[in-house]
Amino acid sequence: MKNVEVTPGMFSSAETKPSLKTPITLVVAAFVVLVFFGFLGKAGDISFVWSDKREAIQLPPFVVNSMLFCTFVGAVLLLIGLLSIALSLRGRRTPVWLIAIYSLGAMMALLGWLATEATQGVQMIFILGNTLVLAIPLIFGGMAGIMSERVGVVNIAIEGQLLTGAFVSAVLGTMTGNLYIGMIAAMIASGLLSMVLASLAIKYLVEQIIIGVLLNVLVIGVTNFLYSAWVDDDSINRNFPGTFEKLPIPLLSEIPVLGQVLFNNRITVYLMFILVPLLWYVLFRTKLGLRARAVGEHPLAADTVGINVGRTRFWWVTIGGMVAGLGGASLTLGNVGSFGREMSAGLGFIALAVVILGRWQPIYVTLGALLFGFTIILKVWANQVSPGIPVDFITMVPYLVTLVAVAGFAGRVKPPAASGQPYVKG
Amino acid sequence: MKLELRNITKRFGTLVANDSISLTLKPGEILSLLGENGAGKSTLMNVLYGLLQPDEGQILIDDKEQKFAGPGDAMAAGIGMVHQHFMLIPVFTVAENVVLGHEPTGKAGNLDLNAARKLVKEISDRFGFDIDPDAKIQDLPVGAQQRVEIIKSLARDAKILVLDEPTAVLTPQETDELMAIMRDLSKNGTSIIFITHKLREVQQVADRIIVIRQGKVVSEVSPKSTAGELASLMVGREVDLDTKKKAAKVGAETLVVKDLTVLDDRNQQMVNGISFSVHDGEILAIAGVQGNGQTELAEAILGLRKIHSGSIQVAGQDLTKSNVRQVLEAGVGYIPEDRKKDGLVGQFTIAENLMLDGSFGKPFANGMQIDFAKRDEIAEKLIKDFDIRTPSADTLAKQLSGGNQQKVVVAREMSRDLRVLIASQPTRGVDVGSIEFIHEQIVASRDAGKTVVIISTELDEVLALADRIAVMYRGRIVGIVDAKTTREKLGKMMAGIAA
Repeated sequence: MKNVEVTPGMFSSAETKPSLKTPITLVVAAFVVLVFFGFLGKAGDISFVWSDKREAIQLPPFVVNSMLFCTFVGAVLLLIGLLSIALSLRGRRTPVWLIAIYSLGAMMALLGWLATEATQGVQMIFILGNTLVLAIPLIFGGMAGIMSERVGVVNIAIEGQLLTGAFVSAVLGTMTGNLYIGMIAAMIASGLLSMVLASLAIKYLVEQIIIGVLLNVLVIGVTNFLYSAWVDDDSINRNFPGTFEKLPIPLLSEIPVLGQVLFNNRITVYLMFILVPLLWYVLFRTKLGLRARAVGEHPLAADTVGINVGRTRFWWVTIGGMVAGLGGASLTLGNVGSFGREMSAGLGFIALAVVILGRWQPIYVTLGALLFGFTIILKVWANQVSPGIPVDFITMVPYLVTLVAVAGFAGRVKPPAASGQPYVKG
Repeated sequence: MKLELRNITKRFGTLVANDSISLTLKPGEILSLLGENGAGKSTLMNVLYGLLQPDEGQILIDDKEQKFAGPGDAMAAGIGMVHQHFMLIPVFTVAENVVLGHEPTGKAGNLDLNAARKLVKEISDRFGFDIDPDAKIQDLPVGAQQRVEIIKSLARDAKILVLDEPTAVLTPQETDELMAIMRDLSKNGTSIIFITHKLREVQQVADRIIVIRQGKVVSEVSPKSTAGELASLMVGREVDLDTKKKAAKVGAETLVVKDLTVLDDRNQQMVNGISFSVHDGEILAIAGVQGNGQTELAEAILGLRKIHSGSIQVAGQDLTKSNVRQVLEAGVGYIPEDRKKDGLVGQFTIAENLMLDGSFGKPFANGMQIDFAKRDEIAEKLIKDFDIRTPSADTLAKQLSGGNQQKVVVAREMSRDLRVLIASQPTRGVDVGSIEFIHEQIVASRDAGKTVVIISTELDEVLALADRIAVMYRGRIVGIVDAKTTREKLGKMMAGIAA
């Protein structure tokens, strides 16, 4: 067979120039670190403290001059940025691990710049541990987003599902006295909420964004009402679940730094450790996942090979909702210990941004969520160690990062092709 | 395996798409379903494939009645279908697409892609398809994608293969290859239903031909019938397949395109530094397989798409940086390739559609106000002149047939005082009767001394109309040749081989 073939819409990739948005963003941010944190930075010493006092193996703190440290890190970031530009010019993408290293470096520089006046130094275990705990609801929310968008349903209602999960887990956990029942009830409640979204979107073809927004508003209204009309009257018996016990994993939790951060946690964290790789495996290594992705990319094609598009979408969205419910439970039972009005506070929407940032890939989405977890804890911590910094500025950081990240990645990421499109037969 | 369709009727609202159609398919034969767009061929096949449920009638395989609730049932019964628009997932690999829906799995419930690869390789080798199981569909040429579709059906042990307008996206050479594949398959015992409206292909490959018109089987004929006979059966009256035209009286050079480069929405270079010029009283046809930059070229000339570099001039006026309105005012008329998307507003009446491009000035508007009397007067005249078959000028455009919709677009564009007419796929999805009429109008336009560019993927249309032919391939012009060039040579040019 001859190989002279015409290719509609397909031209050699050499003729396409990859976007320089990401590399340029990286270089600009590196300059900011180098100049403002480095050259114009603070003169004092900073001390990175790696060990908790209670730990058996004590690591010595790492003490260094702030300006020197930030200059060094800034230079490294700049190198990564330049490497990224070079890759782009050769038509290659910046690998995700490089961006991950970059983010890590930028975080360290930010800590090193902020903490010159901190008397106890930079408590790395506190910061990393809280980053993880605070990222959990976001990660579950992100997984819920992946699960519904991968099958072609846009789930704006993650915010409402997190809130539902938070409310139900707190109230039922308190009333039954068993937090596990609270957690399972949260998953069921959010799953039911997802079924509403799924059936309206799939069966009745209602505009998905609108259902999502309505569900969010509905959940805020209902939880606020129940909270002030009923829960708040007797919080001790209705909204005082406390949190799950910490379950240190034998041996693993003894590892310096990482042990405390990763393996001395509540069940919600461990569930995340299981869920993320599991979702990755199911999506990319099983026929269930292949079919789900097919439905999200080209539902008609999936239908013509005998896959039930409606049913596939329904169950993925519903199970996604249950995962978001788990996220809600991890907000109350895994961290705060009680329910507060509108306590999801936009996490569901950030989860959607993280899904885009993480390119609909469970592992990348988790990394993105961790970045946000870090900015949340930074807000709390920076205020303590460096009172001079305007809180509003630090509060802005997570959203700024979202904006830059989403804008930087926009255009080069490709969502599932049929995301948001209802499928009508015939 | 023997297939029989008995009295299949399918209605959509008041429209009867299939009116008691019966046919049989013998093992190993190539049966061609011939009919115009909208005759009901695809509906019938969707019924056979379980995508649609018939209102009446039966499907029998080896004399046993079958009920297909969905494509899964049809596939299980041994029916495979290659759709006109491929049912492949662009971001999946060949192997993933082939096994989708009946995936081999390993012990741990994981996807066994190695088994899938082997399956693809085996079928691909058996028919000499040369397909890499790990290639992503989006990176494959259309011809190869079509072979993946065939592999997909064969991997499910299809005994009956339905090919729905399979040649619409192929070069002439690829079409020949497909014909060879079809013969190979039928020799191996696969029965084929070949749906098309192209007479030449039917004559080449079919064992039997069934002609469908307005949802009914009109006759069964042998492939030895002449093209004229087949066309008449298809349309229901005598058709003159040859457009008559006098020799061109070529005038001044009017449209000049120089070193034009245009990017598409994804910043890919779709038009790649091309130059050509067209004279008054001449038709230049831009031939080529769909997706080789023709759309972007037309959009660039009209000012719909930003020009990356190069220039466009009409009668000495530079239009490189002009917007659409300036281009229209310079006397350029445009018949877009997709009338439903770009040519008409379906929810508007015919009278409203006929004034779309002139709504900002005389004769339709008086200052801020539309002159309704004038509008209706012009509409009535155009409906008569261009033979638009409609109950009234107030009928919504979407209610017309494809051919009549196209005539509305043609009427609107040609009724202005034009210097240049750009017609992109002027007769796509149009009935044969309307094709004749539209072709006559285009030739009349040329004879009136206008500069005409037609962009067409149908070689028949190109050969019928062109005075000169430019062939586009991958954003470049392979060559500009005269209208007497042979089909074979044009086919080669369409595949990128310079003449």
